[in-house]
Amino acid sequence: MTISHIIRAQTLEKRYGDLIAVNNVSFTVREGELFGFLGPNGAGKTTIMRMIQCVSPRTSGDLSVFSLDPDKDGRKIRAHIGVVPQETNLDPDLTVQDNILVYARFFGISHNEAVLRTEELLSFFDLTQKRDTPIESLSGGMKRRLLLARALINRPSLLILDEPTIGLDPQARHHIWERLIRLKHEGNTIVLTTHYLDEAARLCDRLVIMDQGQILIEGSPSTLVSQYFSSDIIETDNEPDVRRCLDIHKVSYEIAGETIQIHNPHTRDLTDNLLASCSGVRISRRPATLEDVFLLLTGRRIRE
Amino acid sequence: MNVKDLLPIIQGSFLVWRRNATVFSRHFTVNIVPPFLEPLLYLGAIGFGIGMFVNDVLGMPFVVFIAPGIFAGSVMFASFYECAYGTYVRMYYQKTFDAILATPLTLREVIIGEILWGATRGLLSACVFYLVLVFLGLVPVLNGLICLPLAFLAGITFSAIAACFSAITPSIDALSYPSTLYVSPMFLFSGTFFPISVLPEAVQIGAFALLPLAHLVALARSLMTGLPDPIWALNLLWLIAAAIIATTVAIKLFERRLIV
Repeated sequence: MTISHIIRAQTLEKRYGDLIAVNNVSFTVREGELFGFLGPNGAGKTTIMRMIQCVSPRTSGDLSVFSLDPDKDGRKIRAHIGVVPQETNLDPDLTVQDNILVYARFFGISHNEAVLRTEELLSFFDLTQKRDTPIESLSGGMKRRLLLARALINRPSLLILDEPTIGLDPQARHHIWERLIRLKHEGNTIVLTTHYLDEAARLCDRLVIMDQGQILIEGSPSTLVSQYFSSDIIETDNEPDVRRCLDIHKVSYEIAGETIQIHNPHTRDLTDNLLASCSGVRISRRPATLEDVFLLLTGRRIRE
Repeated sequence: MNVKDLLPIIQGSFLVWRRNATVFSRHFTVNIVPPFLEPLLYLGAIGFGIGMFVNDVLGMPFVVFIAPGIFAGSVMFASFYECAYGTYVRMYYQKTFDAILATPLTLREVIIGEILWGATRGLLSACVFYLVLVFLGLVPVLNGLICLPLAFLAGITFSAIAACFSAITPSIDALSYPSTLYVSPMFLFSGTFFPISVLPEAVQIGAFALLPLAHLVALARSLMTGLPDPIWALNLLWLIAAAIIATTVAIKLFERRLIV
């Protein structure tokens, strides 16, 4: 398929009764890029994924996937999509290999072709040894890799991942990241949702940060960080002595729980200054990250 | 809808059916024992046990009279439970529907496939029980064979009704309501163990209006025992109409629940 825009959404909206889950959202995903949706729980990320997969009809606005309308051409669109869901939906009664083989039938892939592709995919995700293992004896990371392998059986033009590394240990996360980067280098278009900021910063070419159904900002991870933070961030303990010292030096600061954050263009001089004048203060300087942008935009309130 | 649109629906439904058949075949030896044992228990306890104290019913031994009833009942239990509990587990706990809906298939095909699979479970029970009855010499070979396609048809009706309950149930526990309030009375009052004609007329009409089992029992008994069934065409039409209506309703109810 030679379309430069794989997904295009214009003033997309989804309502459930009075609740507006997705509110006037516009974005495009280009061919060959890894595009991320970030946001706290309830931001509307999964709802957008479901609309792209053509399993949830939109309330209003325009949405096209491969230049087709999900409301009319769901069958055609889904034939070229691979989906990794947030919750595992593998067949617990089947082995690793049979999970993929049975799934291949739904795409009309012949048995012989499916066996060949399954072999390739199991080896790509280091699951060849587990071929005949029942699902219940797989670890969380293996299940997630199998879901990825299954999602690739139809050689999709678009891969959709909803929280691909949620609940996995660091080793398993790195394993999946490495495979996703390889898939991207092979020219695959990938859309993922995540609320792991390090994951987004590491993987995404471009991303949007969402909150309460709306897109707050869009851009590449590095431009977003430099757009909001021109320099490093100084962090120190939230103690009365420290606050007094900062007030004396007329340094503006933000309180974030147990720590105080200072955003200031002259961080290097300021760090030296504070260390010299405020005795006994623990002080550190670090580069700003996507997480700082995220918290700045979406606040620190806990989301249920 | 034209014929061209119908082909992917048939293919899709078959693929869902085949997925369930594949899973079933993995546990075949475990799955095939209960349908063998259960009717034998009924036949032994009620047919031969209670039959000792019962005179002939409508001119035939009691065990011969109830054999078609238990045959039909085994179809009902297999089909109904597959599409009540089995379908609900696949939809809610295993998220199998979600997985399939991420492929070109649609929800309609998933539900039709589920119902056809439920009917297949009914047919399997019927086949097993048919072999037992032939072995015991309780049923003529050829006439009993004609009961098998009828069992599949009634299986569609039972499965589709069960699917309707599965689509609206708030939890798996709540499925015990249709089981106790609909399936159990249906097993008792469909002419299974005694002729439906001994019931008050209003109850008879109610049974034929609401209970698919009553129609399957009437058809099976007529074929297996030679007892004339003057309304066999009506029995057949009722089962066909109920199968179509209940399947349509089940699809609508699942769409309301899952396509949001």
